[in-house]
Amino acid sequence: MNPAAGQAPQVSLHGITKRYPGVLANDDISLAFHGGEVHALLGENGAGKSTLIGILAGMQQPDDGHIEIAGKRVRITSPRESLRLRIGTVFQHVLLVNSLTVIENLMLGGAWWQKHDRKSALGRFHEISELLGVEIDPDVPIGRLSLGQQQQVEIIRALWHGGNVLVLDEPTSMLTPQGVEELGAVMRRLSGQGVAIIFVTHKLREAYAFGDRISVLRQGQLAGDIPPERLQALGEEEATNEIIRLMFRAAGEVAGADAETMVREGHGRRARADFDRSGKDAITLNHVVTRAEPGECALADISFSVKPGEVFGIAGVDGNGQKHLAEVLAGQRPALSGAIEVNGTVAAHSGVPARRRLGVRYITDERLGEGTVAGHSVATNLVLKEIGAPPFWRDGVTLWRRIFSHARQVIETHDIRTPSEHTLLGRLSGGNIQKVLLAREISADSSVVIFNKPTYGLDLQNTRLARERIIKAAEQGIATIVISTELDELIELCDRIGVMFGGEMAGIVDNQANAEAQIGRLMTGAKAA
Amino acid sequence: MTARPGEVVSSVSRVLVPIVLALVVGGLILLALGKDPLAYYDYVLQRGLFSWSGFQQTVIRSAPLLLIASGLIVAFRAGIWNLGVDGQFLLAAVAAAALAPLLITSLPSWLTIVICCAVSILVAMAWSLVPAFLKAQYGLNEIVTTLMMTFLGISFANVLVKLPFDDPDNSVPQTMTLPVADRLGRLFDTTIHSGIIIALLAVFAVHFVMTRTAFGLRLQIVGANPRAAKHAGMSVGRLTYATFALSAGLAGLGGAVEILGVWGTMRADWNPAYGLLVVPLVFLARFNGIAVIGFTLFFAILMIGGESASRRLGVPNFYVLVLVALLLIFLALVEYLDHISRQRKKA
Repeated sequence: MNPAAGQAPQVSLHGITKRYPGVLANDDISLAFHGGEVHALLGENGAGKSTLIGILAGMQQPDDGHIEIAGKRVRITSPRESLRLRIGTVFQHVLLVNSLTVIENLMLGGAWWQKHDRKSALGRFHEISELLGVEIDPDVPIGRLSLGQQQQVEIIRALWHGGNVLVLDEPTSMLTPQGVEELGAVMRRLSGQGVAIIFVTHKLREAYAFGDRISVLRQGQLAGDIPPERLQALGEEEATNEIIRLMFRAAGEVAGADAETMVREGHGRRARADFDRSGKDAITLNHVVTRAEPGECALADISFSVKPGEVFGIAGVDGNGQKHLAEVLAGQRPALSGAIEVNGTVAAHSGVPARRRLGVRYITDERLGEGTVAGHSVATNLVLKEIGAPPFWRDGVTLWRRIFSHARQVIETHDIRTPSEHTLLGRLSGGNIQKVLLAREISADSSVVIFNKPTYGLDLQNTRLARERIIKAAEQGIATIVISTELDELIELCDRIGVMFGGEMAGIVDNQANAEAQIGRLMTGAKAA
Repeated sequence: MTARPGEVVSSVSRVLVPIVLALVVGGLILLALGKDPLAYYDYVLQRGLFSWSGFQQTVIRSAPLLLIASGLIVAFRAGIWNLGVDGQFLLAAVAAAALAPLLITSLPSWLTIVICCAVSILVAMAWSLVPAFLKAQYGLNEIVTTLMMTFLGISFANVLVKLPFDDPDNSVPQTMTLPVADRLGRLFDTTIHSGIIIALLAVFAVHFVMTRTAFGLRLQIVGANPRAAKHAGMSVGRLTYATFALSAGLAGLGGAVEILGVWGTMRADWNPAYGLLVVPLVFLARFNGIAVIGFTLFFAILMIGGESASRRLGVPNFYVLVLVALLLIFLALVEYLDHISRQRKKA
């Protein structure tokens, strides 16, 4: 442990809060970053890490709260100001000019009236590379370096003006395992020099391997903090369990405030009439495989089935094949091999329209990305998947009046808050966009509904509404599949929970009292006991 | 869809204000050139609109412009920037010019015209196949590919006229000539050919398809958010091909109409390059089929009047383009100011 640790923090955040329309990105976060410490900031996608980094880098301003540097209250109004305060930030994606050499890239920050002083720049370059323990030829164009080396150049640039604090945003996401090891060594050396390192990641193992201190963010809030003493006292397995508990359970406690409306049995499962367990399967997957694409986790071999009225959960750390699974179920992505049956009909090769005719509905997690068209009206978005079909089209001609009156009715019954049915969908809040999607997908003729992260980015009230909607769908006899990275949500809603890891179903667990522990183990890749 | 009266007034003024501003600033430019702006505008209006022969010229000129505009509206609404209409237009014109004099020897003139239009449309569609394939299959940017296909198309048209379709009885390289009597029928007692009717029908049809049919809505969804289109189960690739085919086909019909209605033949060096002139008009009309008719007429008046004025007053013909450019700039400016004032009102 470094002697500098335990002293007054280099940077401390006090009650940082940042709101975006419909989302509370950072909710009253207080954290202290100490010199000589690698502080791992862990959280799922959307937990609020990027916003926090943006605030430290001077790209965003907090709505509430303040920042102190070495005990003095500061305002970081711009990226330049952030650098001046000796906070260096390395962003997830490389921000260097490929055609320029290493040293040219490093000299870019100078004022425009100054002559490039190559000699002193080279001196500084060697000074920092020695500090980091890396060897890079300063006269090689950036484009010829490996991604790991490019990142080292980024780190050198971040420290160029004498950084006391180094922020690394998901630095391992594009590195090879060896590159990750090298990065770890660099972080050790730097923290040994008394630099405060903020290591942002969503990978639990790396946080444990490199972090002296681990803080977990969850839905914009600080879910918990494991200080160095505690981290050392805990063994790897205990620490992992503790982190999983923080990452996936904490919101259950927070949501407790909203709990009057939730009637739950023992371990958080919501009471609900049981479905007919002897019924025929509504949807069956048999050894389904999808084609791997760069940057995506494909399905390796997935089999399961869901009965009408059953809620089947898919748990797992984000990026373990959930997206591909949802798209294969919806007919949006072809299965490379394997069989899919819907209500006894073979459907492995049918596209979205055929799958919809069989009653399959898919509520995507990318509400604006693919679920809706922001530049079109709420009314159009409500019939987006039925374009050309009666009753809203006759012989291919649009019956706008019917579409609008249908929309008015849906807006009324589903309590969608919008000025009118003509309003562009993009103007609505996240919760209301989700209501539009739910209204569109769940109807009398749906038999299988897939919810992908149904409450992602929603506030508590809309979260509750969405969950109630899922329960109602199941009670209507719909086979319901809920994909979520939030364990407490799955525990609350599901009858059974399958856990995905690396594109495979690591195991399927009945939602009983000890389910959480089993699921937690399966999520890290350990096979079911 | 449905519009309230207040919105109509504001959207009309959003068009009229930039027009007035463009004319004023354009006038200042004329003053700087030592020309009398009022005399120029007066002359342009006289020659382009208020004289009978000028008016007829203006209407005749509008026909190909409107057909190209309708083709552009289809593409732009579907989010596909087909900037290759010039190549598609020209090759279709070659097809009509080469085919018509041959067919007329054995077929009645109405059938000749129908066949020529059909072949021209098919030729233009075929020319758009390469960019369509590259876009649908590999996501290649169609702005680049359609522009390159236009360069190729212009040269190819030139070669076709000079080599296989050259009229040996004429010293200038050009195709054989369709007799005046066999060209597109005249309207009543005028020199205006019926191409303008075809063009207006095309514009209305495009407007109806884009705003009132499932097919048009699908195209718009693909244009607005291709991922949402895929999510909703539309075949984005097939719609991309359809968009290119329709857009190019309409531009091709424009080429056929111009040959069959006005020229009767095609000279090797003939390339009016209407396509890129129409693009700003389509933007000014916000891809609206009805509005584009007004803008096209306005532009045709400027073109016809401007051509006369360049001879009489010595104001270069290109000054018309300066006016259009000014119009675009002021339109964007008014739009921007309008947007800001709305945001203020909201806040």
